[in-house]
Amino acid sequence: MIEHTGSYQNQPGPYFGPYGGRWMPESLIAALEEVDRTFTEARDDPEFTAELQDLFTNYVNRPSLLTEVPRFAQDSPGVRIFLKREDLNHTGSHKINNVIGQALLARRMGKTRLIAETGAGQHGVATATAAALFGLECTVYMGEVDTQRQALNVARMEMLGATVIPVTTGARTLKDAINEALRDWVASVDTTHYLLGTVTGPAPFPAMVRYFHSVIGEEAREQILAQVGRLPDAVCACVGGGSNAIGLFHAFLDDSGVELYGLEAGGKGISTGEHAASINLGRTGVLHGARTYLMQDEDGQTIDSHSISAGLDYPAVGPEHAWLNDTGRATYEPVDDAECMDAFQRLCRTEGIVPAIESAHALAGALRLAQRWADEGVVSASTAAGEEKIIVINLSGRGDKDVATAAKYFGMLPDAATPEGGDAEAVAARPEGAQN
Amino acid sequence: MTEHNTGQDAGQDAGQQVETTAIRSLTTQSIEAARDAGRTALIGYLPAGFPTVEDSIEAAVALGNNGADVIEIGIPYSDPVMDGPVIQAATSQVLADGFRIDAVFDIIRAVTQRTDAAVVVMTYWNIVDRMGVETFARRLAEAGGAGIVTPDLVPEEAGAWFEASDRYGLDRIFLTAPSSTDERVKLITESSRGFVYGVSVMGVTGARSEVSTAAENVVARAHAAGAPRVAVGLGISKPEHIREIGAYADGAIVGTALVVALRDGGPAAVGTLTAELATGAVKNSRGDA
Repeated sequence: MIEHTGSYQNQPGPYFGPYGGRWMPESLIAALEEVDRTFTEARDDPEFTAELQDLFTNYVNRPSLLTEVPRFAQDSPGVRIFLKREDLNHTGSHKINNVIGQALLARRMGKTRLIAETGAGQHGVATATAAALFGLECTVYMGEVDTQRQALNVARMEMLGATVIPVTTGARTLKDAINEALRDWVASVDTTHYLLGTVTGPAPFPAMVRYFHSVIGEEAREQILAQVGRLPDAVCACVGGGSNAIGLFHAFLDDSGVELYGLEAGGKGISTGEHAASINLGRTGVLHGARTYLMQDEDGQTIDSHSISAGLDYPAVGPEHAWLNDTGRATYEPVDDAECMDAFQRLCRTEGIVPAIESAHALAGALRLAQRWADEGVVSASTAAGEEKIIVINLSGRGDKDVATAAKYFGMLPDAATPEGGDAEAVAARPEGAQN
Repeated sequence: MTEHNTGQDAGQDAGQQVETTAIRSLTTQSIEAARDAGRTALIGYLPAGFPTVEDSIEAAVALGNNGADVIEIGIPYSDPVMDGPVIQAATSQVLADGFRIDAVFDIIRAVTQRTDAAVVVMTYWNIVDRMGVETFARRLAEAGGAGIVTPDLVPEEAGAWFEASDRYGLDRIFLTAPSSTDERVKLITESSRGFVYGVSVMGVTGARSEVSTAAENVVARAHAAGAPRVAVGLGISKPEHIREIGAYADGAIVGTALVVALRDGGPAAVGTLTAELATGAVKNSRGDA
C-alpha cells in the first residue's frame, strides 16, 4: 500500500501517485496542452463558471435529487440508503455534466467538431446533445457489438444529428471505440475536440473530467447533511473508467469517516476470466494515454473485458482510482452480472426506478455492504432511529437504454423475438431460476 | 506540466548530444553510410510475425538485402492507435494467430545475422513496460537490435528508457510532428539518438498519393533544433516520394506499401519493391541535398 498523508482532493495531475501521465503520440501533445491551458484558464474565469452553472441549472436539471429508498433497503435493517439521482439529468445520466463542460471548452478553443467514444451510449448521447446545443459537428465511435446491444441509443444519437461509426476492430467494444476516436483525432486535431467520456486518458482528461463531475459529490454532501444532519458512513458507485465514481467520491475524499466503495464489473465471475475488474485483477500498465491498472496478458496485450453492461465493459480504469486503491482510501470490489441484475430488479420492484445496469453494480455493492455490517453486528433490526448506518449510492444513469438487455436477461421476451438492441449474451448469462 | 526527465546525455546543447556520447549508434552508422554513398537512407517497416514468423524474417532480410539501410520491426499490439488499417489488419492477424513477444528477439537476431542494415524495433510502450524496460533493452541489445521507435512515448515519460538505452547502447527514436511546438522539437531532438522520426502528416500510417508539404517544414525545424539526422515517415510509398524527400531529409520511411507487398506477394515482393524504392534514394550527385 502506498503511504499518503494530507489531502486527497484536487490532485492536479498529470500524476496520481505513480499513475496517470501522458502516453500519447507526439501529434496530439500540442492539442492536449491546448486543452489543459484552456481548461485551467476557464476554471478561473467567472464568466465560464457562470455559464456552466447556468447550463447545469436550466438545461441539465441540477441539482439532481437525493432520494431515500426505504423499500429497497427493507431487508437491510439498521441501514438507510439514499440515491444520488443522476438518472434524472437531461439525457438520463451523469455523463451530461462533463459533456457540457468540455463542449464549452471546445467552443472556447474555436473547435467546430466533437468526437467521442461510447460504450452503452450514454456518453455518446450526451455528446450528440451538446453538439446540437452548441451547433457543432459530431462523430461518435461505438464498438459494433455495442451498437447492436444499444441500438436505441444509436438511433437517439443519429436523431440528434451525430454520425455514429461502428468500430469493427478488436473486441468491437468500448476499448476499440477509443482507439478509433484517437486515430480520428490525430488526423483532425485542428478542428476537432476529442470529448473523452471518463476519467482516464492522457492528462489533463482525468483531472478535468473529475472537475466537471465533482458537482455530483458536492451536491450529495450538502443534501445528506441537510436531510440527515451528518455525513454518510459510505458512498458507493460503479466503476468502469470511473467518472461517476470520482464525481461522487471527490467531495468526500478528505472526510476520513466516509468509506468509499467502487464497484467493478465482475462479469460472469472474476474466476472465469470474463469480467472487467481491472483494479481487482489488472496489472499496472499503459493504455489510452495513462499509466493505470489494466487487464493485460504477460506480453502486455490488452485482454478483452466482459460485462453485461456495455458502459463498464472496459479493461482499464482511471488513474486516480488506481491511486485511491493503492493508498487504501477507496475500496474496489467486483460485482458479477447475476448479483448486479438482482439489485437491478430489486430497485425496479421496490421503488419504481429502472436503473442503468452500470448503476445496478453500485446498488448491489451497497446491499452487500449492508449485509456485511449486519453480519459483523454493526447494525441490526434493533438499531435505534438516528443510529442507522447511512449509504449514498450514485444512481449514475437510468435504465431506458438497458430495457432490452434486462428483459432478455429476465426472460421477459418471447424466444422468437430478437429485437435490435437485444443481447444474446444476456440470455446465455441468465442464471437458472432467474425470476420473471 | 510534467517534469522533463531526459537522462544524463539529453540535456546538452542541441546537435551535440549524439556525437558526444560514447555510444556506438548502429542506426547512425547506417544512415551516415548511406549519406556517404550519396543516398537518402531508406528505412523500411514490417510487422514481426506477419504473415508468419518465418516469412517475416525472410521479408526483412529481403528488405535489407535490396537497399534498405534501416529495418523497422513493428511489434504487434492490441491497441495500435498510430496505425492505419493495413498495418492494423496485419498485426491483428498476427496476434490472432497467437504471436508472442519472445519471437521478436528471434526475428531480430536472424535478420541482423543475414543483413547489414541496422534493425530497430517499433513498439507501443506497454509492451516494453510489461516486460520491464531494463529486460527489454537487454534482450534487444543481445539480439543485435539497434534501438526503439516509440510512437506513444514522449520524452517527458521516458526517464527509465533514457537510462536503459544508455546502459545498453540503444538508439531512441522519438517522433516529431507538424503540431510540435519549437520547444518540443528541441526536447525531442535532444532526447533522440540515431535519428529523429519526422511525422509528415497529421494522421496515422498509410500510403498516400503525395507526400505532405508539411514534411519539409518538420524536417527543417528538427534540423534547426540541432537534429543531425531526420527521417520522414507516414504516407511514403513510391521512389518519387523518396527522391522528393531526399532533397531535404536524411531518410525516408516506408511502411504500409511494404506490408501490402508482403501481404499480396510474400517476401519476394518485398525485395522487388525495396529495390524499386531504392532507385529513388539515389541522389543525382553526392551531397545534393
